[in-house]
Amino acid sequence: MTLLPALPILLPLCGAVFCMLLRTHLAAQKGVALLFSVLVLGASIGLLAQTRDGSVAVMNVGNWAAPYGITLAADMFSCVMLVLSGLLAVSVFIYACFDLDTERIRFGFFPLSLILLMGVNGAFVTGDLFNLYVWFEVLLTASFILLALGGEQPQLEGSIKYVTLNLLSSALFLAGIGILYGMAGTLNMAELAHVVQQGDRGGLVTMVAVMFMMAFGIKAGMFPLYFWLPASYPTPPAAVTALFSGLLTKVGAYSMIRVFTLIFITDPDFLHVLILTGAGLTMVSGVLAAAAQYEMRKILAVHIVSQIGYVIMGLGLFTPLALTGTIIYLIHIIIVKTNLFLVAGAIRRIKGTYDLHELGGLYKERPGLSVLFIISAMSLAGVPPLSGFFAKFTLILAGLNRGAWVIVAVALGVSLLTLYSMVKIWTYVFWKPAPEPLPDRITASGGKWLAFLSPMIAFTLLAVGLGIFAGPVFDYAQTAADQLMNSDAYIQAVLGGG
Amino acid sequence: MSSTILRTATRYMFPPLLVFSIYLLFRGHHFPGGGFVGGLFAGSAFSLYALAFSVSDARRILRSDPRDVTAAGLALALISGIPPLFSGHAYLTGTWWMLTLPSGVHLDIGTPLIFDIGVYFVVLGVVLTLVFALGEEQ
Amino acid sequence: MEIVLAIVVGTLYGCGLYLMMRRNLVQLIIGLALISHGANLLIFTAGGLRQGGAPILAEGDAAFAQIPADPLPQALILTAIVISFAVTAFALVLFLRTYQTVGTDDVDQLKETDT
Repeated sequence: MTLLPALPILLPLCGAVFCMLLRTHLAAQKGVALLFSVLVLGASIGLLAQTRDGSVAVMNVGNWAAPYGITLAADMFSCVMLVLSGLLAVSVFIYACFDLDTERIRFGFFPLSLILLMGVNGAFVTGDLFNLYVWFEVLLTASFILLALGGEQPQLEGSIKYVTLNLLSSALFLAGIGILYGMAGTLNMAELAHVVQQGDRGGLVTMVAVMFMMAFGIKAGMFPLYFWLPASYPTPPAAVTALFSGLLTKVGAYSMIRVFTLIFITDPDFLHVLILTGAGLTMVSGVLAAAAQYEMRKILAVHIVSQIGYVIMGLGLFTPLALTGTIIYLIHIIIVKTNLFLVAGAIRRIKGTYDLHELGGLYKERPGLSVLFIISAMSLAGVPPLSGFFAKFTLILAGLNRGAWVIVAVALGVSLLTLYSMVKIWTYVFWKPAPEPLPDRITASGGKWLAFLSPMIAFTLLAVGLGIFAGPVFDYAQTAADQLMNSDAYIQAVLGGG
Repeated sequence: MSSTILRTATRYMFPPLLVFSIYLLFRGHHFPGGGFVGGLFAGSAFSLYALAFSVSDARRILRSDPRDVTAAGLALALISGIPPLFSGHAYLTGTWWMLTLPSGVHLDIGTPLIFDIGVYFVVLGVVLTLVFALGEEQ
Repeated sequence: MEIVLAIVVGTLYGCGLYLMMRRNLVQLIIGLALISHGANLLIFTAGGLRQGGAPILAEGDAAFAQIPADPLPQALILTAIVISFAVTAFALVLFLRTYQTVGTDDVDQLKETDT
């Protein structure tokens, strides 16, 4: 019996407790938060190494056997997500140490972020639907407070929309859980998969599946349920937005993938086609909404919606290759998108604005920062040989293999429009001469500045590395996707003694 | 609020309410009760005090910040999962120690009890954080 | 009994959604609370309404004397109630602060982020 699967949940909680006790010592909080996020990353990598042969790490909390107790189960897909969330936490914390105002740190940015991380990691490793709901509430509550922290008017208004729609989604999720429990008599995901596939319950399963689709769709920002996202994500500081963009919507997407590859696979002709349609519409509406924006952070935030479309597209196609594409895309998007938000935050830190009209001439002033931005932006658009190219290539190949021409055409078109948005930022912020020269607000050079940039440099290198070492990444994602498609091993690992 | 009746009643009610909350906490292992409802009860005792006197008075008799209370409770709950690890069981497995006091009374102390005390403090801390925040808005 | 509870669940959901679509922040939060009550009651109903003994074995018994009631839905509901209690309390603080900052409780006036 090993503690390893529980560590990504317990370590952030320990960190949060220490941060809360050190409430008045801001510098100590920074150190503790960084230390624990590094520990979480370490534990996640350990778990990744343990499951890389395709096994599932299972732990029964409190020694109550599955399916009666609380089960934690981490397969390869979970481990990838855990490592990504750990990586994200470390880099956002480094960024926040330099950029975030003392007011927000005093009000508990670090303990709240660690609790958010705990909720996210819990959602990634849980093997039980009701616990998934609990972890969702943990991460949502933390995110509510993080979003409203600071109390500026746009933040509060965005928070109200975010809180209302997410509470509605939780109520839907809970109702779905209730009906599922009445039907199957269990909420352990492995046993649920077993029970649902055995009996022929027809329409009821499909109806519950649609409830889950809506609940996770709201959280992931899927068409037509994403209206809270553009209203709330651009309002908090860049560190919080980066954390949200990398973790929150991705948890929704992860849960959707988990549930629709493990439990609701009885009616793919209806359910997965519905997901695919939603994916196409999500991509288009996200990218079109972004084209109309002229604020850097808003463009990036609205683009999250269109990226989620790609992630869900792989699930909708529902072939091993498509899921491989989805996993690569998730890895790519978490790294690249976070980096873009951080770079945008760095620009704002120097110039004091996100507005495309006011900014300009940054290529001349800050070539280093420009390189960091352009590599991530091109990767987001899918220019070879960067990470986004291989992710999109795999997805489109899977679409062609299935003969799903429409979605392939949509994905390619949206890719082009993404390029347009990124080029728009590039032209306005970096190429165009500044309308009125904006003085630097801080001295952006020296060792401290380099330390501030270090997470962005690391992410940019990762984005390039994912492109260069696409082969090993692809192999790994393929094994993980096969594991998702053949759920028997997962069920066996959870129910067979663990 | 400055009602003499409420203030006088609160002075007398406050200690028994806290004692009863602790009674509920310890009763919880075998009977209805437990850390959650105990903490809620203690929280409402302090809320009553805040209503009758003022939020700053309630803060004063709590002595520590409610957020510290929450953190301490979380720490206690986390620690309660550790002992079974030494005997090779999973995290949070219930572990019991039987103690016999010199007077001959048997006492069972277990990790679920420590967990429950942690829950008590977490609930107390969270309730008071929210109530004080709402109270100080006025 | 199921039918009565089903009607109650439906009414709770209906009232909750109606209140959520009103423009008043206080009504919005009452609507959210009603919907979460509806979901809890739905779990209770869907979990099966059985009359039975307590699911606790008497000392020395190997099996239950009578079919016990299923305790799990109640445990689930208890957890869900605790969570919705905490979230509603937070939402109250948030709405109060918004009211103080924006100076209105009309949802239609919250247009700062609509572009």
